[in-house]
Amino acid sequence: MFHLALRMLLGDRAKYIMLVGGLTFSALLMTQQNAVFQGLLSWTTSHMRNMRASIWVVESRVEQVNETKALRDTDVNRVRSVSGVDFAMPLFQGVLKARATDGSEKLVQLIGLHAGTLFGRPTKMLQGDLEQLRMANTVVIDELAAERLGQSPAPGAPPRPLQPGDVFEINDREARVVGICRTERHFFGYPYVFTSYDQALQFAPRQRKMLSMILAEPKPGLTAAEVARTIQAETGLAAYTVPEFERSTINWIWKNTGIPFSFVTTIILGFIVGVAIAGQTFYSFVLENLRNLGALKAMGASNALLSGMLLLQAYTVGLIGFGVGVGLTAAFGFAVADKGQPPFLLQPDSVVRTLFAILIICTLSALLGIRKVARLEAAIVFRS
Amino acid sequence: MSLPSSPSDPAAVRLTGVVKAFGSGDARTLALKGADFTAAQGELHLLVGPSGCGKTTLLSVAAGTLEWDEGQVDLFGTRLNDLSPSSITAFRRRHIGFIFQQFNLITTLDLVENVSVPLLLNGTRRRDAEDKAAALLARVGLAGRERKRPSQLSGGQQQRVAIARALVHEPRLLIADEPTSALDRETGHQIMDLLATAARSPGRSVIIVTHDPRTYSYADRLTEMEDGRVAGVHHGPALKDFISIHH
Ligand SMILES: Nc1ncnc2c1ncn2[C@@H]1O[C@H](COP(=O)(O)OP(=O)(O)OP(=O)(O)O)[C@@H](O)[C@H]1O
Ligand SMILES: [Mg+2]
Repeated sequence: MFHLALRMLLGDRAKYIMLVGGLTFSALLMTQQNAVFQGLLSWTTSHMRNMRASIWVVESRVEQVNETKALRDTDVNRVRSVSGVDFAMPLFQGVLKARATDGSEKLVQLIGLHAGTLFGRPTKMLQGDLEQLRMANTVVIDELAAERLGQSPAPGAPPRPLQPGDVFEINDREARVVGICRTERHFFGYPYVFTSYDQALQFAPRQRKMLSMILAEPKPGLTAAEVARTIQAETGLAAYTVPEFERSTINWIWKNTGIPFSFVTTIILGFIVGVAIAGQTFYSFVLENLRNLGALKAMGASNALLSGMLLLQAYTVGLIGFGVGVGLTAAFGFAVADKGQPPFLLQPDSVVRTLFAILIICTLSALLGIRKVARLEAAIVFRS
Repeated sequence: MSLPSSPSDPAAVRLTGVVKAFGSGDARTLALKGADFTAAQGELHLLVGPSGCGKTTLLSVAAGTLEWDEGQVDLFGTRLNDLSPSSITAFRRRHIGFIFQQFNLITTLDLVENVSVPLLLNGTRRRDAEDKAAALLARVGLAGRERKRPSQLSGGQQQRVAIARALVHEPRLLIADEPTSALDRETGHQIMDLLATAARSPGRSVIIVTHDPRTYSYADRLTEMEDGRVAGVHHGPALKDFISIHH
């Protein structure tokens, strides 16, 4: 009988297309919005993946990685003296004005690394030599910075991305490019400019406290978490492991911005649209087939069998809609992957969540029909 | 479900003092007011009477598709009163074939699929069910049209498909409520011919509700209803007299 259930479903082309279309739209909306949301959330913690330190020591009120509250210079040595700390390096970070080759001003994320170790260095150098950062007035910039700052020199001329050897200005001071690196996009969208810690203090406007963060590593044999706890206890500063800081950052986004709310609203809307379209269409499919279902009932089809047939029909359109919806989302992901905009991160568990939501929609729709069929008197087929 | 063979009771269908009311309060109508009805195996039994006298209701009770309020219903020696709703459903599935006034074929399925439904419901494998369905379609004169849709057929042809569907699982009871009233007179006669030849068999009881006196001559036995009760049963010479009066 189940193959006949599918034939009945496919036989009603208009409803079939409506059902698959509605569920596709719903799956697309839920998956795509979730992927953009996850992508955005991953941006909020990209800074950590660009620096790669096991322990992040920050001012005690800092809750997320994109926020800086300056520390005292002496804090580096306080952290270094904590037992269990293998080494700890200062880090400067600040958003500064840079002048592009066409004279326009762009904001950049300036990172000052400890000159001796260059700890926190970019993950991938594309051109040039990172070691040259130890020379005066030198910077390594990421591809985004090379592009943003390398505007067309004269009106009409094509833009030319900056290359090693080029010179531009940060805060009215000369900076010479010695390398191009690749980074993951920063949450705020500013391009990265790496330099040495001491050089960064030259670029940045002078302030009483200039140390932004301390990056530390645990001694071999100790976990980052236990050493972070010790640092916190002994210095009164906040110390996070990478997963802790990621979690804290994402919590901060949930608590302090409207971003999650708007995404969650859209995702819920996708679910409601699915329920409305699928539920309504499926119910009218059942209503139109009521005489047939009554005849089947008279002929001895049990309620369990008819319910199974309705569930099969609902899940069939559900799975097709889910497949097409997720496929379209993935296609969208590929299309934007090169541009890097908008953020996009399609994770297996969000696909599973969409599947689950679609199955709930289909179950609800089928249940409406099942209720109708269960109450149906087989004798109605004798009435004309 | 296997049926006890009961030589002591050759009746296929026996309703005793059946009462059935619809609605409640002021809207309450007594459709059956203590109906006694018997149909024998091997006979084609017509059920006649004025509109609203309770024919459809009686047929529905006899087919186990409608619950009743009082009285006994026995089908081939099995008392339906003693069966659970799901056992009654199983009983219908196995032993009863249905023909409806509006044919009630599933429009999105082809003819073979429609006819195979009762077999599939009884757990027959798809291949076997479709083979058997095709054979039945041939028997009702529709060979070669197995893969057509009901909408591609005339009303009479559709009712033939319905007859094939009602017979495909070899039921012991065939129930038809006004199978010819949606058809023109000539086609109606052909359908009655088909029912009289293809449906009638020694172990089977065929009960047909009809309005049309011209079909009376097909009956082995005829029950007249009036106002929720059985008013008379005719067979043999008495049936001939009854027919001649009503012509
Ligand atoms: N579902 C129902 N609800 C309420 N009243 C009903 C219902 N079914 C039948 N009745 C009433 O029961 C009585 C008998 O109806 P039934 O359909 O059995 O008559 P019938 O002999 O088949 O009539 P017809 O020849 O017009 O088909 C009628 O008065 C009808 O109005
Ligand atoms: Mg009737």
